[in-house]
Amino acid sequence: MIPKTPDTIPEILLVGLNHETAPVELRECIALSETDAEKGLQDLGQVPDIREAMLLSTCNRVEILTVTGNPDAAARHVKVFLSRFGGMAPPVLDAVLYTHRGDAAVRHVFRVAASLDSMMVGEPQILGQMKEAYRLATVKKTTGVILNRLLHRAFFVAKRVRSETGIGDHAVSISYAAIELAKKIFETLEGKKVLLIGAGEMAEIAVEHLVRNRSGTIFVANRTFQRGLELARKFKGQAVRFEEIGGLLPVADIIISSTGSPDMVIRRDQVKGVIRARKNRPLFFIDIAVPRDIDPSINQLPNTYVYDIDDLKGITEENMADRLREAAKGERIVDEAVAAFRRWYESLEVVPTVVALRSKIERIVYAEIEKTLSGWGGTTDIQRQALYRMADAMVNKILHDPTLYLKDLARYDAKAVTLDITRKLFNLDEK
Amino acid sequence: MENLVSAVISLYLLSTACYLAYLFFQKDALHHFGYYILFAGLLCHSAIIIAVFVQTGAMPVRNLFETLSLAAWAVAVVFLAVRHRFKLKILGIFAAPAALALMVVASRLPRHTGPAKDIFSSFWFVFHVVSVFVGDAAFALACGAGILYLVQERAIKNKSRGFFFRRLPSLERLDAAGYTCIVVGFTFLTAGLIAGFIYAKSVWGRFWSWDPKEVWSAVTWLVYAALLHERLTVGWRGRRAAIFSIIAFAVLLFTFFGVNFLLKGHHGEFTRF
Repeated sequence: MIPKTPDTIPEILLVGLNHETAPVELRECIALSETDAEKGLQDLGQVPDIREAMLLSTCNRVEILTVTGNPDAAARHVKVFLSRFGGMAPPVLDAVLYTHRGDAAVRHVFRVAASLDSMMVGEPQILGQMKEAYRLATVKKTTGVILNRLLHRAFFVAKRVRSETGIGDHAVSISYAAIELAKKIFETLEGKKVLLIGAGEMAEIAVEHLVRNRSGTIFVANRTFQRGLELARKFKGQAVRFEEIGGLLPVADIIISSTGSPDMVIRRDQVKGVIRARKNRPLFFIDIAVPRDIDPSINQLPNTYVYDIDDLKGITEENMADRLREAAKGERIVDEAVAAFRRWYESLEVVPTVVALRSKIERIVYAEIEKTLSGWGGTTDIQRQALYRMADAMVNKILHDPTLYLKDLARYDAKAVTLDITRKLFNLDEK
Repeated sequence: MENLVSAVISLYLLSTACYLAYLFFQKDALHHFGYYILFAGLLCHSAIIIAVFVQTGAMPVRNLFETLSLAAWAVAVVFLAVRHRFKLKILGIFAAPAALALMVVASRLPRHTGPAKDIFSSFWFVFHVVSVFVGDAAFALACGAGILYLVQERAIKNKSRGFFFRRLPSLERLDAAGYTCIVVGFTFLTAGLIAGFIYAKSVWGRFWSWDPKEVWSAVTWLVYAALLHERLTVGWRGRRAAIFSIIAFAVLLFTFFGVNFLLKGHHGEFTRF
């Protein structure tokens, strides 16, 4: 159908809240599970003003991305949906929601995907979460031309930012910082023997990292032998009695300590005695406990290194500062991408006109072919097909240059006028 | 020949710049350039040395210019070999400037200082010279590795990760590199010294003449032998090995240069200028 007037391109609208605008208690209420999100997409898809929609819900943000011909009405719908789902009064919600339209919405989507808006800049999870949210929206068929392009560009921008800046480069978590440090001491962690003393999330994550780096035997020592056995099973390692720790000093290369003990678990004289037995091979102590488990003076012994939790925090803070510096480079990449997206978005405006033009010409051409063919008497299928192929080729070639020209128009003013002239020239809005 | 010397200096200079830039900016392309440019410089350098050898039939160590030039050549050769085999690019920041400095100093010296003696063309002589120079170059790189080890170790021990922390490889790698260089150096030095003894016998009739160079070479050899021995038996590695590599190299420098300039002996003519 030839549209009566050129469609205005629908607008991109994003409404949401994140860790900066809303406290965790509020975010908890609004967090959407996958089934909630499915239902939400279904509901939003039924709203006539909302043409395309996507729902993103993570522990740090909830955002609803829509494409709408009537942004104000759509925003209202979304806010009502959120307040009803979260069970909170609209004013409460309004205080923490942000709304972005057009370019601002595009920039926001790109920044979020590139982890520039995350609590820990450079974190890799958000991209996967966005891809999952997009997948759900495509399954529910709530995405269209604009969101499809927007999200695909967002993933591309995220990849560029990650590879062209150092935003994800160095450890910002204690456990990972300890492992990076270990790699600066030992060339490879492969085959290095590990002793875990005590337990705790950070210590266990560090051991997991080591296992992933193909470390050697994992010894687990715990005051409660049973607990040690459980942990040893988890890492496919070997449980040892707490008293055996001293005997393991010549053997273990990396010792991670995280007990609740108020006393030192390993003293200087214990280590001094084993250095020769170890043939001076390096020994790395990771002391995550508070109060400290490892005698800090051990650090002064040759080829022995002791890092406590403050030291590791120092590393993560330095790395975080580096990430924020790299983030500035990421913002520049996002800027470029926003401008490129805008150019594509504006080219959409010509689509209805181009479609209408082609449609009209094809109609005229096909009508004339039929008229001619009926006057010829019999024609074979092959001949008919050949004629239609010729017609299509002619229409394509004739429209090639005008289509390129229209899509290429950069300035909005020229485009509006040119589109208008085109429509008038070919009388596309049949008077 | 002068053109070649300038070309070699320019190429070593460019390679030095690349490695220093790599140290600062950490872009991989930079150290690759440094490597290839150094290789190109080495080819030109080899051409110079071979040309002199062919023209005069004598090993080009007749004066200080040629000695320093050969030393620079040896440094470049050993670095490129180590880099090729062990992929340790960071030593380039020592090797390239060292080769450059040696060549620049050499280029300031007179090229010819009198005719060469016949004895300079014997096989054992050539083998002795090349072997000792290569061994010394390897020890120089070991010293460089030792310095880098100490820098990195300080950064880790004192928890004051500075400029170098991210740019240097791991301690274990630096230590291993130093050890490898010392093994290589010791092997070549031993072979070179033995060749020297054989040559001495053929020219002067005896293996050992208490010449200062011979004495100090023995001292150097013993120092490195001790280092290797301690490493293999007691496991002298890490900080101690690094410090010792540096001290040993100081002894070597005295043996290489100091003896020639400060003490009299039959090696004096190789460094006249």
